[in-house]
Amino acid sequence: MAHQARPNPYFRNLNAKVAATPMILTTLIVFVGCSVWTVLYSFSASRALPVNEFVGFAQYDRLFNTSRWTKSVGNIAVYGIFSLVFSLVVGFILAAFMDQKIRFENTFRTIFLYPFALSFIVTGLVWQWILNPTLGLQKAVRDLGWESFTFDLIAHRDTVIYALLIAGIWQGTGFVMALMLAGLRGVDEDIWKASRIDGIPKWKTYIFVVIPMMRGVFVTTLVIIASGIVRLYDLVVAMTSGGPGIASEVPAKYVYDFMFARGNVGQALAASTVMLTTVLIILIPWIYLEYGSKKPK
Amino acid sequence: MSIEPIGTRPRRTFDPTRMMIYLVLAVAAIYYLLPLYVMIVTSLKGMPEVRLGNIFSPPVEITFEPWAKAWDTACTGLYCEGLKVGFWNSMQILIPSVVISIAIASVNGYALSFWRFRGAEVFFTILIFGSFIPYQVMLYPLVIITRELGIFGSLTGVIFIHTIFGMPILTLLFRNYFASLPQELFKAARVDGAGFWGIFFKIMVPMSPPIFVVAIILQVTGIWNDFLFGVIFAGTKNFPMTVQLNNIVNSSQGVKEYNVNMAATILTGAVPLAIYFLSGKYFVRGIAAGAVKG
Repeated sequence: MAHQARPNPYFRNLNAKVAATPMILTTLIVFVGCSVWTVLYSFSASRALPVNEFVGFAQYDRLFNTSRWTKSVGNIAVYGIFSLVFSLVVGFILAAFMDQKIRFENTFRTIFLYPFALSFIVTGLVWQWILNPTLGLQKAVRDLGWESFTFDLIAHRDTVIYALLIAGIWQGTGFVMALMLAGLRGVDEDIWKASRIDGIPKWKTYIFVVIPMMRGVFVTTLVIIASGIVRLYDLVVAMTSGGPGIASEVPAKYVYDFMFARGNVGQALAASTVMLTTVLIILIPWIYLEYGSKKPK
Repeated sequence: MSIEPIGTRPRRTFDPTRMMIYLVLAVAAIYYLLPLYVMIVTSLKGMPEVRLGNIFSPPVEITFEPWAKAWDTACTGLYCEGLKVGFWNSMQILIPSVVISIAIASVNGYALSFWRFRGAEVFFTILIFGSFIPYQVMLYPLVIITRELGIFGSLTGVIFIHTIFGMPILTLLFRNYFASLPQELFKAARVDGAGFWGIFFKIMVPMSPPIFVVAIILQVTGIWNDFLFGVIFAGTKNFPMTVQLNNIVNSSQGVKEYNVNMAATILTGAVPLAIYFLSGKYFVRGIAAGAVKG
């Protein structure tokens, strides 16, 4: 009799299971299922439509022999390195300055963070206009009398990526600053008291004590920005459409163009699998660092 | 204010270090404000003035013509109906997406923090790490799925996609918030015989307005600013404002009207900017939520 009174374990917390169904389905079907599907079909001979004819690494072979793809990878590497270093350094310096019990802190924070509320499309279009060689910043400075002033990053193959960088940094550094500031506010006041008593200069305390203490904040920020950089797309579409020529193409745009405009699904899937691999290379050490010791049960 | 500080009064003299700090912050502030200023002044000039003057000079003759044109008659390749079409499309996408995604994620976060069952945390962990996967990886299968469901290229389709991709961050947000509420509250309600939904609607929701505000801010800005999902899943008729804006500005035909373009750009940025300026500290909490680990 006793076992009959016990409720069936599958129906325990039934409501909670029903409530979690959308999450479980999303996890299984979208995040796991769709990713696996993409990786699998990146090995197929798919053209306009996916086909079940598997050809090994042929798509990857073609991908890395396509100049547009290698250019895209090179671009995202340059963009990524500069934007990571710059936004972390500048974001931290701004945060450290903001943490000096300054006046107008809220005003400054509002100013530094508002671009983050804007879309990449808006960001790209504004900077496209400011960097416009004939009517923008260059002309404004020349009108002041500096006739030889040249600032036409956006019009040249070798420099267009830095134009994207200026816009991207404008949009995202405030976010880094906000995260860093939250991290700095979490640093124990006693650290500052101790370093003041020992007569250690402030900048030394920042570099040798505070930054190592904020390792977690830095790593998390790094992972968030880096995985954002890999998917960079809207900014390029709005600002340069990949031009001049293919000079500012990026991987995410390669995927979109081959998937929807050129009807070459196989190439698009191989390209997105490479993007996935890159993100996993960033993500796995982080998961290991943050969660490796205390595995979720 | 009534407590007197102990120790020597801080000197209120000229301090070069502090001057430098303010100087650096001021220069940075100018760099951040410049684009907003340029957008506004350009949008208020007539085209002859845009061509002759420079982008930083304030308008000699203020005109609202570019604003009217951007809203009402600007051309996106084929049609000349202005940005208003995109605005209403964005609204139609935004409202259901925000409501549905928050409804699902709040119940979900609640189930995860109070009604744990075996495997729940595993799914949740995969969901969070899955949110770092580039969207491009999941795009094509999602196109197939939405096509099979008959919602590809429709408002329902794009709402469906926004609901899915809002789930990781929102679930994380609600789970962490509910987990911070006292367990005794939940236990007491259980003893009184309240069930799953009873506790949620009568206790949890009334205690959580702040987190709902944060979630709304996060979703409104995120969905309004989306471009990729809109261009793929919404269908040509339902393009959101960002897509329309890009089509207006980057359409190759005709003479470029920079003043109209800038007015259109401000109009598209206006909704998230308004949310940002009105919400203040909630916005910071919302974006910082992305950095909080599970």
